[in-house]
Amino acid sequence: MGFIKGLKCRECGREYEINPVYVCEFCFGPLEVIYDYEGIRGVLTREKIESRPRNIWRYRELLPVEGEPDNALDTGFTPLVRADNLARAIGVKELYIKDDTVAHPTLSFKDRVVAVALARAEEFGFDTVACASTGNLAHSVSAHGAKAGFKRFIFIPASLEKSKIIASLVYEPNLIAVNGNYDDVNRLCSEIANKYNWAFVNINIRPFYAEGSKTQGFEIIEQLGWRAPDVVVVPCASGSLMTKIWKSFKEMKEVGLIEEVHTRVYAAQATGCSPIVTAIKQGIDVIRPVKPNTIAKSLAIGNPADGYYATKVVSESGGYGEDVSDEEIVEAIKLLARTEGIFAETAGGVTLGSAIKLIRAGHIKEDDTIVLCITGNGLKTQEALSGHTPEPHHIEPNLDSFEKVLRQIEGGSG
Amino acid sequence: MAVKVKIPVPLQRLTQGKEEVEGEAGTVISLIESLDKKYPGIGERISEGGKIRRFVNIYVNEEDIRFLDNEQTPVKDGDVVSIVPAIAGGLILRGRT
Repeated sequence: MGFIKGLKCRECGREYEINPVYVCEFCFGPLEVIYDYEGIRGVLTREKIESRPRNIWRYRELLPVEGEPDNALDTGFTPLVRADNLARAIGVKELYIKDDTVAHPTLSFKDRVVAVALARAEEFGFDTVACASTGNLAHSVSAHGAKAGFKRFIFIPASLEKSKIIASLVYEPNLIAVNGNYDDVNRLCSEIANKYNWAFVNINIRPFYAEGSKTQGFEIIEQLGWRAPDVVVVPCASGSLMTKIWKSFKEMKEVGLIEEVHTRVYAAQATGCSPIVTAIKQGIDVIRPVKPNTIAKSLAIGNPADGYYATKVVSESGGYGEDVSDEEIVEAIKLLARTEGIFAETAGGVTLGSAIKLIRAGHIKEDDTIVLCITGNGLKTQEALSGHTPEPHHIEPNLDSFEKVLRQIEGGSG
Repeated sequence: MAVKVKIPVPLQRLTQGKEEVEGEAGTVISLIESLDKKYPGIGERISEGGKIRRFVNIYVNEEDIRFLDNEQTPVKDGDVVSIVPAIAGGLILRGRT
């Protein structure tokens, strides 16, 4: 029932059969899944999608799987929240939060890509899944792999914070703590991936895995009432999410689910790790790798694999990019929480903080329909807010003590 | 003494299995062109139209040429040039999976 035609090199266009391969043998370019859009156009309608369960598989014809897995965690169809309080605060009229802090098994958008990667890994016949990660991806592979019955190998830098390690270990994967930094872990994993016949979700399964990000874009369009927004602001680590959201909009047009795409796509990064935004601001497509130094650790990829393609999305769509300091990240996290009741991880602060600067600079207009992609839950990165939140009011256990504080509070706010 | 060029596994079929070959001093791009004369076919795998392919990294004495002078980076006798296919956040490709 699948509509996948094969894999194609994004650089030189050479085509490959569907296999767990990810690099063009000729020019080393990345491989991408190609679909039979004509076939999909004939069968996939708005009504059909709307009649299906509210998870990522409602768009399964546009995902790189033969069929929907029957042993997967339910993931996707996160809320698109109309954010009027926040809109007033930042001076725009129609603002939405694509809220991937909730409704995912491990509370980040990584559940989208991992769900697709594991479904595909099962179709390929792998019994072991693996990844290198510092956080969200490790949690997601650990959890989804548990449900689907895979052996799991999760590689992390040994210096990782205890809270992040526990959030993986609770699912009892084989957690391998490597003496080295994230780059060392990555390098080791590429060697292991060459030697062992395992499904490394972000290495040999990457062309399939990355397609899962499109579901965030499909949902945005459906939840806006089958229309594309004027503006979407996307946080960038590897740049993959941004390229896939753009692809998802174009695919929905390609298969006839929407008439037009006029969206401008904006990239958001932390100043302490902004190789993609730096290239966008300079108007070039050469990504100069950097050494990351930011509290937004889930975005801290100094040498982004899809950075070049991310700059192309920006120039093709007429968007731009912006970066924010650690202080601006923290302020934006707090603003989102106090106006909309949404607690985002540091990447969410990057997205909102960058959006605010893009609005002030006039890149994003007051009357644009704006969607901000908020990709993970703030409970995962609480340490980033340590010392930046208000203090509790300490009282004795009696009414007098409480009312004394209450008068202060009311006096303070009055 | 010549320029030492380190060849990645996927291209060693073109160098008769050799991991390291010798090249002529000049610039990075002239070095690639001279390698192609000795090992026909290797040039188009590394570069296209005088530009290094996007997913091939070249290091001169361990420094990425993107931080030097790109294709025009000079190479002299005794230098070590590494050709490293890169993908997925700097992962190094060793061969077919």
